[in-house]
Amino acid sequence: MIEGISIYELLTVSTILFFIGVYGFITRKNLISVLISVELILNGAAVNFVVINKYLYPEVLQGMIFSIFIIAVAAAETALAISIIINLYRKISSVEVKEVETMKN
Amino acid sequence: MERIIFYALALIMIASALASVMSRRMLRSVIYLLFVLCGVAGVYFMMDYNFLGAIQLTIYAGGIIVLIIFSVLLVHHIEMRMEIAKTSKLLFTGLACALGMAVFLSVIYSYEFEVTGQSSGTEVIDIGEKLLDYGEGGFILPFEVISVLLLAAMVGAIVIAKGTALAENKNENT
Repeated sequence: MIEGISIYELLTVSTILFFIGVYGFITRKNLISVLISVELILNGAAVNFVVINKYLYPEVLQGMIFSIFIIAVAAAETALAISIIINLYRKISSVEVKEVETMKN
Repeated sequence: MERIIFYALALIMIASALASVMSRRMLRSVIYLLFVLCGVAGVYFMMDYNFLGAIQLTIYAGGIIVLIIFSVLLVHHIEMRMEIAKTSKLLFTGLACALGMAVFLSVIYSYEFEVTGQSSGTEVIDIGEKLLDYGEGGFILPFEVISVLLLAAMVGAIVIAKGTALAENKNENT
C-alpha cells in the first residue's frame, strides 16, 4: 500500500477514469477516438483490480494476474480493431461512426 | 512525500484523460492517452508492483500507443479537426456520467473496507509460479487460453487487414 493514501482515494481516481472513458465512448464520433476511450475504461478497471488486491488481500496475487490478463486482452483487441479500421478506411475512405452504417449490407 | 507524488499523478491522469476525450485533434488525444497510461504505471510502481508497472509501460505505452499513432497517421490528416457531437448530447452524456459516478462514489464511500496493514513487495518469481501453477488456485488454464487468444487475434488481424489482396492473389493463381 502507499503510505498515507487510503483505498478510497485510489478507488475515486479509478472511478473518475472509468467514467471519463464512458463519456468519451458515447460522445466521440470517430472510431479511433472510441478505441482510445475503451483503453481508458480498461485502465480504470485494471487499477481497481490492483488496488483491491494490494489493500485488502496483500498476501495473494489474484488481482494483479487479472490485470495482466486485462492488458493482454487489450493488446489483442487494439490490434484487431486497428486492422478493421484500416480495412474500412480502404473501402469507404472514412473512419466516422455514422459512415460505417453503409457497410451493413 | 508519497502523498504529494500521488496527488500530482492523480491530477495529471484526470486532466489528461479529460483532455484526451475532449481534444478535437486526433494525434493530441492519443498523446494525452499516453500521459494517462504513464500515470497508471506510476501508481503501480508506488504500490510496489514493479512487474505490473513495467508491463504497463512496455505494452500499453510502448505497443498500443504506437499502434494507435500509426493508424491515426494512416487514416487522418494531421491538421484535420474532428467534428463534435451536438451540445445537448454532450450535456446529457456528461450529466449521465456524473450521475453514474456519484452512485459509484457513494457506494464506495459508504462501505467499510477492512484494510490490512502489512504488505510485502512482490517478486517476479511469485507471479511466474502462480501463472504456471496447475494446482488449486493456479492460473495455467487462463494463461494458455490467453496465448491461444493472442495467436487468433494476430492471425485475424492479418487476414482482415489484407483480406481483399489475399483473395485476389488466390484467384490469380488458380
